[in-house]
Amino acid sequence: MTPTLPLGRRLTNGIMLSLTGVCTVTVIGVLFFILGYITYHGISALDWNFFTKLPKPVGETGGGMANAIVGTLKLLLLASLIGVPIGFIGGVYLAEYGRKNTIGFLIRYAADLLNGIPSIVMGIFAYTIIVLPMGHFSTLAGGVALGIMMIPIAVRSAEEFIKLVPATIREAGLGLGLPEWKVVSFIVIPSAFRGILTGIMLDLARVAGETAPLLFTAFSNRFWSRGWLEPIASLPVMIYTYAITPYEDWHRQAWAAGLVLLILVLGANVISRLVLHRRLTG
Amino acid sequence: MSKPILEIERLNAWFGTQHVLKDVSLTAESQQITALIGPSGCGKSTFIRCLNRLHEVVPDATVSGSVKLSGTDIYGPGVDPVMIRRRVGMVFQKPNPFPTMSVYDNVAAGLRLSGTRRRAVLDERVEQTLRQAALWDEVKEVLHKSGASLSGGQQQRLCIARALAVEPEVLLLDEPCSALDPIATSKIEELLLVLKKTYSVLIVTHNMQQAARVSDFTGFFLLGELVEFGETGQLFTNPKDRRTEDYITGRFG
Repeated sequence: MTPTLPLGRRLTNGIMLSLTGVCTVTVIGVLFFILGYITYHGISALDWNFFTKLPKPVGETGGGMANAIVGTLKLLLLASLIGVPIGFIGGVYLAEYGRKNTIGFLIRYAADLLNGIPSIVMGIFAYTIIVLPMGHFSTLAGGVALGIMMIPIAVRSAEEFIKLVPATIREAGLGLGLPEWKVVSFIVIPSAFRGILTGIMLDLARVAGETAPLLFTAFSNRFWSRGWLEPIASLPVMIYTYAITPYEDWHRQAWAAGLVLLILVLGANVISRLVLHRRLTG
Repeated sequence: MSKPILEIERLNAWFGTQHVLKDVSLTAESQQITALIGPSGCGKSTFIRCLNRLHEVVPDATVSGSVKLSGTDIYGPGVDPVMIRRRVGMVFQKPNPFPTMSVYDNVAAGLRLSGTRRRAVLDERVEQTLRQAALWDEVKEVLHKSGASLSGGQQQRLCIARALAVEPEVLLLDEPCSALDPIATSKIEELLLVLKKTYSVLIVTHNMQQAARVSDFTGFFLLGELVEFGETGQLFTNPKDRRTEDYITGRFG
């Protein structure tokens, strides 16, 4: 005879199991609902023109957002050039040298505060230090605003992933008679690299969707932006401007822009993981 | 007769204010295996970590006393700990191959990261040390696979090969078999008996049979003190100190 558990325990087990199940389904459900909804609305306006043509004036149908796609990529490139090196090197400092000292505490505290600053304030900051002195909106100002927004998450995620590398790995390196900087650069950081990269991708994904800091830095542009000192279109700002117009055709394009933004972010994430995975196992 | 490789005098070590090693003095002979036994927390791991200046990398850890490696005090003024660690290699309790590196790269790491770039030199040293570590035949086909893909016993021999590749004079082993099964353990023990022809070996172990099987000299640690040190046969069959006798006969609480 198999012994049965008391009713109370079976009941508790059943309730808790259903509860965790419901929560799991909710989390996954919301994600797939958003993905599905955006795909459903966006796919109809998505054609070759969307990727190759400039926006059409009001009243004409068709056209695309080629300039905004390139614009978003340019802004993200600029943001990464600022956010990734500062964040990464800062994270290395915090994990290796600033675990307990005052400077480490200050950097950590500053990064957490910076992370809490509303993104529109970041826009005003970039507006004040770049747009006002230059006298016009620019790609540069937008990239700087996004780059500064990237720093706190890049710092803290790099720090956390480096700290996760076991002390025994570090000691094995030191035990071989290698100077500390070599152990950190060639043994500890490579061991944490996958995590650091994931952190940076998430960070990029976050700023890729930022609209507020771009409104008065990069502004927008109905045409191609030449160089880095002119205003530039970006997908989030296009979505914002198109979605609040009364035109049906622009609404559909806004959905399509949302879908493209999503694919860009997810695609970059998946590709970086695949490349890294292949390099480590191959 | 062999000559002393490590002469340790009145070595003390602390973690913060906690005094974990008290006035330990012993002399390890060249090309011999010296085993250190004792219950957990008695300071034997800390002791060997003082011998390659690895103790001091822990925050708040401090040392006093003198450790002479072939006559030079490794705690003397102006001595670079990096150079000491080059001469005194270490193998840790848990196998810890570098996770992002292949078998080959693990063994080559010490040389490569200190400037040896020539492929032929590296190839030769990798094969030679893997053979010394009795691992070559098992891994020669998978040299470019991740070191972490090997079994636990193979990983530990890989770590021994990695330590040997930089040609240290002394090899420290901190309970190298405690995470391994008996078969892997016996392979490591056979290996140690071969290695002692070339290197001076200090091994920390929980396993008294292991100490009795492989070592020439044994030291018994208790509560941070070296209670007794002597030839292995003598220490196990005719201990001078009552506490040693209690410990090796298993009468210890």
